[in-house]
Amino acid sequence: MSVFVWIETFTGRALPSSWEALGAARKIAAGFNTDITALVFGEEAVSIANEAGLRGAARAIACADDSLQEYRLEAYAALLSALTQERRPVAVLSVATNRGRELLASAAGDTESGLISDVIDLRLEDGKIIGTRPAYAGKVLMEMACNTATTFVTVRGRAFPAAAPDDEAALAVEKVASIPTPQSIQTEVLDFASEAGKVNLADAAIIVSGGRGMANNPAAPPVDISGDEANIWKAQDGYANTLTPLAETLGAAIGASRAAVDAGYIPYEHQVGQTGKVVSPDLYIACGISGAIQHQAGMRNSKVIVAINKDADAPIFKLARYGIVGDLYDVAPALTAALKERLNS
Amino acid sequence: MTHIVTFTRSTPDTAAKVWVDSEGEVTWGDVATVVNPWDEYSLEETIVQAKSSGAKSTVIAIGSALHDDALKHSIAMGVKDALRVEEPGADINDSLIWSALAAGAIQKLGDVDLVIFGKESVDVATDQHTYQLARRLGWTMLSYVSAILEVDYAAGVIKVEKMLEQGKQVVAAKLPAVISVMKGINEPRYPNFLGIRKAAKAQIPVWSAEEIGLALPRPATGALRYMNPPERAVSTEIIEGEDTAAKAAALVKRLFEEKVL
Ligand SMILES: Cc1cc2nc3c(=O)[nH]c(=O)nc-3n(C[C@H](O)[C@H](O)[C@H](O)COP(=O)(O)OP(=O)(O)OC[C@H]3O[C@@H](n4cnc5c(N)ncnc54)[C@H](O)[C@@H]3O)c2cc1C
Ligand SMILES: Nc1ncnc2c1ncn2[C@@H]1O[C@H](COP(=O)(O)O)[C@@H](O)[C@H]1O
Repeated sequence: MSVFVWIETFTGRALPSSWEALGAARKIAAGFNTDITALVFGEEAVSIANEAGLRGAARAIACADDSLQEYRLEAYAALLSALTQERRPVAVLSVATNRGRELLASAAGDTESGLISDVIDLRLEDGKIIGTRPAYAGKVLMEMACNTATTFVTVRGRAFPAAAPDDEAALAVEKVASIPTPQSIQTEVLDFASEAGKVNLADAAIIVSGGRGMANNPAAPPVDISGDEANIWKAQDGYANTLTPLAETLGAAIGASRAAVDAGYIPYEHQVGQTGKVVSPDLYIACGISGAIQHQAGMRNSKVIVAINKDADAPIFKLARYGIVGDLYDVAPALTAALKERLNS
Repeated sequence: MTHIVTFTRSTPDTAAKVWVDSEGEVTWGDVATVVNPWDEYSLEETIVQAKSSGAKSTVIAIGSALHDDALKHSIAMGVKDALRVEEPGADINDSLIWSALAAGAIQKLGDVDLVIFGKESVDVATDQHTYQLARRLGWTMLSYVSAILEVDYAAGVIKVEKMLEQGKQVVAAKLPAVISVMKGINEPRYPNFLGIRKAAKAQIPVWSAEEIGLALPRPATGALRYMNPPERAVSTEIIEGEDTAAKAAALVKRLFEEKVL
């Protein structure tokens, strides 16, 4: 039996959001009167397995074979599918990151099992695992269940509390070998440009976002540029010198609206919304963003929303807990100063 | 001849109000559907890649005639052929069934080198279709592609840039492959007059499971219930103050009281 949780790792460390999947697994394990098995593949698998033990896994299956050192879908899916087939867990969970999504969907496909993706709530009813997930950009919620021996579940980031560490815990680690697959040599990773050091949008507890209003920067661009290019310069200067100091003071990630991304003010990685990232931080500060329905689709589940906009009628104010009507180029620096004062006192 | 296939579907307009009616069904009234917004990028990429390699291109929708609009939009943009797979009674919301039908269609076409998907369906966002199709075919899967750097069909290799939460990665892999592409990979074109005329006249063949030669698997998932999400009860407080500094200080105070800081 057992409940499997895939602990996602990156350069030899567990992603903190993986502990949320472990937290979500506790409910299922308790309901089925079974325990949790952490699955850790790749670099530092055994030490990460031990960490999982401190957070509620009774057992761990670790594989640090060469072929799994770096994440590769084909090799990871082959092992996860084989373990699922052989051990018949009641459920396999992971957090719904890019890798979690593709890995669990692949293993669910291989083992002809059902998968409920991106769940925000889990419960048990008559021995069945029922997952609640948003659909239609969060306009509708749906409850799903699977009728296969194993239910695969990906949990939305920040929807479940992380399993807290406990010093008393004991863990049995089992080392397994990888599954040789012809496919595992098909993909070769050539290069990696890390954006390490920056706070990841999906995990961020606080997000400071800038929209089209970022172009209304009073700073003067170099004399030789004008028109759209001048707007791009002004907006980029604003992200770098107005929003970044605020974000750094808060330990926040930087977000953006699609209008800002499409105008070339900021790279797509920062886009929040229906065709960007869906986030649910504790605090979301929207600066110069009107609050279109497609932007709301990405941030409406933030715990506290603050809107800074010079138009008192902007729809974002209907969603916001707090609003300041004013020019973001006045308000954001004042906010940074007020925060610094408060944090230093 | 090289053959690139893409999948698409119709989804309710992103601005549409969508709700659960008194019968418990999801509805968006009589608002028109659009081509799934994420698929604008995969359709564009299919057209660009087919053009640069002189390849054939085909767009496939799985499901009811609701998706014909998305197929016609695809043809209007410039994808060469369209087809729809519909098996009455099959639960295509189940991704094992969906991927069986999709894999069957690819195998029936027989000569496919590359399949290009959008990132997700903006409506149901099952997030499984792409991967389960690749597994059924036993092909390479490359997700979240932000640029196709090189494709050599003769040598059977593809090199792409992929997006991860932690940054970007350049990956080389073997063809045939299934890829999903992100916004930003290209600028989707608008259909022109000629394209729209061509689409209006297009006859879209419909294949059943039997025509594909397929025994469908048992569905593994079921939707139990749809619900309207609880109303978000927010009372907005507009922070007032003598000047900006006073407003900022008042906001900081509130945020500490809310314990979000
Ligand atoms: C299929 C589809 C998908 C989409 N997906 C997304 C998505 O994922 N994410 C997304 O964000 N949008 C998305 N959109 C676009 C969305 O509809 C809006 O166009 C977009 O969100 C607007 O961005 P904005 O608020 O920055 O710009 P605007 O709507 O132009 O608003 C700018 C705001 O800035 C304010 N402002 C200007 N200057 C200042 C200043 N100096 N100080 C303070 N305030 C100022 C203005 O009052 C205004 O309210 C999508 C649209 C479609 C059709
Ligand atoms: N019924 C369908 N017919 C054709 N393509 C689809 C269908 N459903 C999903 N897709 C494709 O699969 C991608 C991922 O969708 P999903 O797995 O539903 O999030 C979408 O961007 C589409 O390209």
